[in-house]
Amino acid sequence: MSTLDLRGRGRTRRRLIANRAAEVVALIAALAAVAVLGIVVWSVAKRGASQLSIGFLTKDLPLFGQPGGGIAPLIVGSAILVGIAALIAVPTGVAIAIFTDEFAPPRLARAIQVVIDLMNGLPSIIIAIFVFGVFVYGHPQNGLAGSYGLAIVMLPLVTRATQEVLRLVPSSQREGALALGASRWRTVLTVVLPSALGGVVTGSVLAVARAVGETAPLLFVTSIYANTVQWDPRHALPNMPVQIFLWSESSDPADHERAWATALVLIVFVLVTSLLARLALARSRRNMIR
Amino acid sequence: MSAVTAVERLGHGRRLRDRFGDRALFGLTGLASLAAILVMVAIVLKVFGASRLAFDKFGLAFLWGRVWDANIDVYGALPFIFGTLVTSLMALVIAVPLAIAIALFLSELAPRGVGGVVGALVETLAAVPSVVLGLWGILVLGPFAADHLEPWLHDHLGFIPLFSGTPQSSGIFIAGLILAIMVVPIVASVCRELFLSVPDELEEGALALGATRWEMVKGVVLSSSKPGIGAAVMLGLGRALGEAIAVTQVIGAGHTIQWSLFATGDTLASRIAGQYQGAVSKMQVSALFYLGAILLVIGLLTNLGARLIVRRFDPHRVGAD
Repeated sequence: MSTLDLRGRGRTRRRLIANRAAEVVALIAALAAVAVLGIVVWSVAKRGASQLSIGFLTKDLPLFGQPGGGIAPLIVGSAILVGIAALIAVPTGVAIAIFTDEFAPPRLARAIQVVIDLMNGLPSIIIAIFVFGVFVYGHPQNGLAGSYGLAIVMLPLVTRATQEVLRLVPSSQREGALALGASRWRTVLTVVLPSALGGVVTGSVLAVARAVGETAPLLFVTSIYANTVQWDPRHALPNMPVQIFLWSESSDPADHERAWATALVLIVFVLVTSLLARLALARSRRNMIR
Repeated sequence: MSAVTAVERLGHGRRLRDRFGDRALFGLTGLASLAAILVMVAIVLKVFGASRLAFDKFGLAFLWGRVWDANIDVYGALPFIFGTLVTSLMALVIAVPLAIAIALFLSELAPRGVGGVVGALVETLAAVPSVVLGLWGILVLGPFAADHLEPWLHDHLGFIPLFSGTPQSSGIFIAGLILAIMVVPIVASVCRELFLSVPDELEEGALALGATRWEMVKGVVLSSSKPGIGAAVMLGLGRALGEAIAVTQVIGAGHTIQWSLFATGDTLASRIAGQYQGAVSKMQVSALFYLGAILLVIGLLTNLGARLIVRRFDPHRVGAD
């Protein structure tokens, strides 16, 4: 650490100016980040809102080159894809968190933690080629493979969120239950988990908000689909992120308009859910610490 | 003694049930953990296994091969390794100073309420799906950069090869900007936690000795957070290296190595994503997996590197994230 020269020597003014300059730079940086968010959201809202109508939300996808159409199949497909992914990732993630925090010896817990962290840092395009190579290469595309990919995206998020709240459950609660003669599994299921439930739910909602916008894991496994609403995940499912990607690559300005409107639907869902979840999380944390 | 007899007085059935319950929960949760480990192993095995065909044909020379041509079935990764490094570096050069400044604003400068709101907004930036950011990048940022930013850089800094090319609305420069936007929230939120964890006594000590706020930040906050900042940068780098979708949308799918930032290019991730319409031959599919294997190795090393930096320099801060 460098030592500070604290003698005045008439440099006070310069020091204060440097200080003020640093403060202004920090302020500008923060404003710039907020401004970028504002500009992106504003661009999407401005261009998307003019397209948005009840018809756009409820109609089937336009056939190639045709005007009009809607995105009902995309909304249904995205919901199914993310729903199945959540059904896989949430119980698994919660179980892993219980194992590392309540059962596993410290060394094993740390090893599992490393794996979860690595999974969290895994580029989504790697997940994409993995599910493509395992489930789709040589077979037709299907929604399930996409859900598996999204589940891999969600799993570390759910695990981490659960671990964080489990660590907030006071050990006095655990010890109290154990001292009353409750067994380990009863303690976990009836004392620890219920008081962590709020955090688990919001963590899962955040993971859903993240997964619904993930494009890469779906790109190779569910990107060639019918233009009508599909319910069967064993076939390729239309979905919002891939369609935005395809429309953004198109040269037809009408497709760009559709991309903006779909992006608006997606971004509203993502931002509203993640904001609400964050608020709820902050609140449940405060309650638990108190 | 009395506790032992109390336990023994418990019903035999209940003890059995509890033993079974404990084992069952242990088993189930352990199984879930095992499944996660197996998935991770399967990913590594699959990515490497499927790149076998290309590896057998091109060997390690794939890493410095400059040709990517599906017509003659010859593939090389150098342009994409180059593109990955250039875009990621550009993103870091822009994003890291910005993110540190933001984190300082949030942790040292902003009043509580303002800091909370701005912090939440910065984190919201990370929640914007990459495909939406890419859409904005190709339709709004790209044309804007081609009309205003790039000509300005070209006119004033054109003597540097990086800024010498012809401005265009898709290319490495736009990709770097988009990646910077993605990296900022990650680095900023990690740095904010770091700066907040600097003990108040140290900060107050510096202030009490007459340091200005900036001198205190420089001498105490930044210097004691160095390893953590290093780890945060590695995390940001991992994000930038691996982003596929938004980069594919804005980078223009070039396959040559050029020094101009305005030229089109491709990264490892975006080259893979760009082939979504289907590869022509088995060799091409395998070459894509080979690109994935390179990316996987770089990504894992970056992640482990971040952990190592934190471990090695500051054992007390391991749990800081």
